[in-house]
Amino acid sequence: MLAKRIIPCLDCDFGVPQGRVVKGIEFKQIRYAGVPWELATRYYEEGADEIIFLDITASHERRETMVNVIKKTAERVFVPLTVGGGIQTVEDAKKAFDAGADKVTVNTAALNRPDIISEIAGQYGNQACVVAIDAKRRYENVEDRIVVPSSKGDCWFECSLYGGREFSGIDAVAWAQKVEELGAGEIMLTSMDGDGTYDGFDIELTETVSTRVMIPVIASGGCGNAHHMLEVFQKTHASAALAASIFHYHEWSIGEVKKYLAENGVQVRL
Amino acid sequence: MTIAIVDYGVGNLFSIYNALNHVGGSPELVDDPQKILDADGVVVPGVGSFGKCMQRLAPFETSILELLEEDVPLLGICVGMQLLFQKSEESPDEGLGWIEGEVVRLPKNVLVPQMGWNSISLKKDLSIFDDISEGDRFYFVHSYHCVPKDPSVTAATTDYGLELSACISRGNLFAVQFHPEKSGPKGLTILKNFVRSTKC
Repeated sequence: MLAKRIIPCLDCDFGVPQGRVVKGIEFKQIRYAGVPWELATRYYEEGADEIIFLDITASHERRETMVNVIKKTAERVFVPLTVGGGIQTVEDAKKAFDAGADKVTVNTAALNRPDIISEIAGQYGNQACVVAIDAKRRYENVEDRIVVPSSKGDCWFECSLYGGREFSGIDAVAWAQKVEELGAGEIMLTSMDGDGTYDGFDIELTETVSTRVMIPVIASGGCGNAHHMLEVFQKTHASAALAASIFHYHEWSIGEVKKYLAENGVQVRL
Repeated sequence: MTIAIVDYGVGNLFSIYNALNHVGGSPELVDDPQKILDADGVVVPGVGSFGKCMQRLAPFETSILELLEEDVPLLGICVGMQLLFQKSEESPDEGLGWIEGEVVRLPKNVLVPQMGWNSISLKKDLSIFDDISEGDRFYFVHSYHCVPKDPSVTAATTDYGLELSACISRGNLFAVQFHPEKSGPKGLTILKNFVRSTKC
């Protein structure tokens, strides 16, 4: 049986030599966590099923650093590498693939120009094109939105772009279905309300999306402990769970999380 | 002792190159069919669609066949496994046809592509499985799977909606649906065993 995947996510600032891993809370308040390739290697050795690098650099001279980090990582980390953040064109995606990435994630570029999904999928295969969706809960009524009952009242989910700095007005659930049609191989679904909070995954968001698409969904945003991972696998159809802070700051190792999941009946790679 | 990775212009081959290098093989990316003939082992990778891979691999067909006849070990990976079959539901192009059977779409009741770590069940006792145990997990990414006409070709299976062929073997020909270069320590073990087989 296919195992649930545990994926550490490294938000990277490539504005300094070698790059650095940073982590914010609700997309703000940045803390430093280490050097990207070193951290990726540590996670690989701990049993990470995949590694995600997200480029959050503000400057534009970052590409060379990013390429070097991917190359160095791919020489010693033998699990899939996904690279995202700031991929605006197929040419950007090509740079990441050429450096050794197995998949890329697109977010803002896809919202602005959905055809980029089919272009990347057409060239590199559906499996190589991950669409990242950053979703924010909205409790006010708007017509034609997919409304989900939640403990805090009925809500819908709005797609954000530019790393949480802008909102699109687009319904995240409908968008997830659309990106599947366009050829996305996977959805990385981040709850903006949960990101960095340690309060747990957004179960309602994750379950709503993962039951409406037939491609894998990676749950992201809010993981504070192994129990949150267990909860997201028990209550939703997510194929993978992503976390950053709990791994960066040695609160849980990937091995400990997996052991806990296995003891509770979740299929994982040990 | 070199292992030729057939570089026929599909996907990035750094992963398999890095992984073979890591386990002590001497990999070389070879984009000239003539130059493959010197190799002690040959790897046929494959990323993307069956049709596109087949069209690009065609110029290498005679050289690879020649190596197979000289008993040089061959490792097919992912679409590189599928190409060994006669045809695929994915494209009208004919496959190499070295293994009888066809490649079909994964069933409708499962998420497609299969993406992630699945366990394998060993059906044959092969040296390429040294230090591999029943139930070990490997990284799969695929939408189609191989159905050999002769079931005894299947060396290992995996369960994804149905029991499907994860590895096939016949003589010096071995192929895997998963990506050993992305399957952590267990994947490296398979590659290490393959490298060793090229030295016998």
